[in-house]
Amino acid sequence: MHEFLQQVFSGLAAGSVYASVALALVMIYRSTDLVNFAQGEMAMFSTYIAWTLVNAGLPFWGAFALTLAVSFAGGMLIERVIIRPVENAPVLAAVIVTIGLLLIVNSVAGWIYTYTVQDFPSPFPDRPLLHALITTRDLGVIAVTLIMLVLLFLFFRYTSTGLAMRAAAQNPTSARLCGIRVGHMLAIGWGLAAAIGATAGIMVAPVLFLDPNMMSGVLLYAFAGALLGGITSPVGAVVGGLIVGVTENLVGTYLIASQLKLTVALALIILVLVFKPNGLFGTAIVRRV
Amino acid sequence: MAPILQLHGLKAFYGQSEVVHGIDLAVEEGGMTVLLGANGAGKTTTLRAICGMVRVEGEIVFAGKRLERRATEDIAGLGVAHVPEGRGTFVGLTVEENLRLGGYTRLREAPTNIERMYGYFPILAQRRRQQGGALSGGEQQMLAIARALMMQPRLLVLDEPSFGLAPRVVEDIFKIVERIKKEERVSVLLVEQNANLALELADHAYLLETGYVVASGSAKALADDPQIRRAYLGY
Repeated sequence: MHEFLQQVFSGLAAGSVYASVALALVMIYRSTDLVNFAQGEMAMFSTYIAWTLVNAGLPFWGAFALTLAVSFAGGMLIERVIIRPVENAPVLAAVIVTIGLLLIVNSVAGWIYTYTVQDFPSPFPDRPLLHALITTRDLGVIAVTLIMLVLLFLFFRYTSTGLAMRAAAQNPTSARLCGIRVGHMLAIGWGLAAAIGATAGIMVAPVLFLDPNMMSGVLLYAFAGALLGGITSPVGAVVGGLIVGVTENLVGTYLIASQLKLTVALALIILVLVFKPNGLFGTAIVRRV
Repeated sequence: MAPILQLHGLKAFYGQSEVVHGIDLAVEEGGMTVLLGANGAGKTTTLRAICGMVRVEGEIVFAGKRLERRATEDIAGLGVAHVPEGRGTFVGLTVEENLRLGGYTRLREAPTNIERMYGYFPILAQRRRQQGGALSGGEQQMLAIARALMMQPRLLVLDEPSFGLAPRVVEDIFKIVERIKKEERVSVLLVEQNANLALELADHAYLLETGYVVASGSAKALADDPQIRRAYLGY
């Protein structure tokens, strides 16, 4: 029982990282109907920026904040320069652009930082807590994710920019008629998604170590989480990501060799698509005709 | 009074095909102008042209400013509120969020404006926490008008507010529109299939056929024209 709970908690820590990336995927999917395959690589690159800043002597949280700001700007820039031109293109073309972006970001990271695996500092000490049920590091990761989620919720729920972003995603024509600059909202959405991804990358890097392919597995788990929750639901993405994290950890501990854990994500994606394509929370909007 | 909106030789296009063939039209400040015509005459296209939603040639002058090269969101910011065909409800957002979005260009005044809208449309106050998509057609039309008024516009553009609604609901909505026009000091450009009702309320009318203005004048003159009466008013 003790070991089981330990695995649940460490699964929740991994799951918060998947939940963050899944949330970033859902945000972009809702506003642009586009699955951003480059989300993981963008997060990886952000993590390298944080690594550079920490190595340059910045305190960890200073580097963290600066990385988030740079990632936000970078995400907006990518939307403006790379995604905007294919906004009205067929969806397949746009998806291929994001896959191209994945490959380019990966190569650029390899070119600048080489493919050597690097150590990444954790801001949290690695000490057991509560009879070794959970480590301070895992607790820290969960706490940072929670704080980020609460801030995002408050932003979308209570600020006029957050509301305008939801409106622009839902009904761009009506949003324009309300005087909302839909293009700006999409760019802010990409910026936010990039910053969320950066948080996930920085949180997971001390565990996975830093290299240009660090996020490929995480991205797959995040996809599984987003699909499980329902690709259109932010709440679903978070819940789905957490479920995937816990499931992956338990299955890896009790059922199959942990080297095969990644198949859990794939199996989950297939199961969801076959049995519940809308996911857990991807319900249709109430509409009277 | 000086016109708040003037169209000079306005042509509007969908892709390559010209749908509106160079029309002249004016809306007086504080007045209500109605655009009549059969389906496909170019009424909705004309409204969309004013709000920068289709390609145009010619001149659109609103309060002394040219509109034809501006983006839809800038035109809204200048004070043209467009209630589109189909009402444009944000179906997944609450009634109150819909109203807050209408006030996006007037953030400071939004809270008092919302209360004023609840005064015009008490039913919306009752439904403020419900999703926009859960409202009935009439309620959604009221929400659309209230959302448009939230931006404190100088010109309210209404595209067939009576569409798909029961006659009694239509009457209620037009009564409110008349009251709003006076109290909010807003000029109105209306597209309407219900010609009888529209000519009663409006002071000016234009009749469109296949993209041309074929008759225009005071609403009374058009209502008295025997040919128009036969073709559009049914008596």
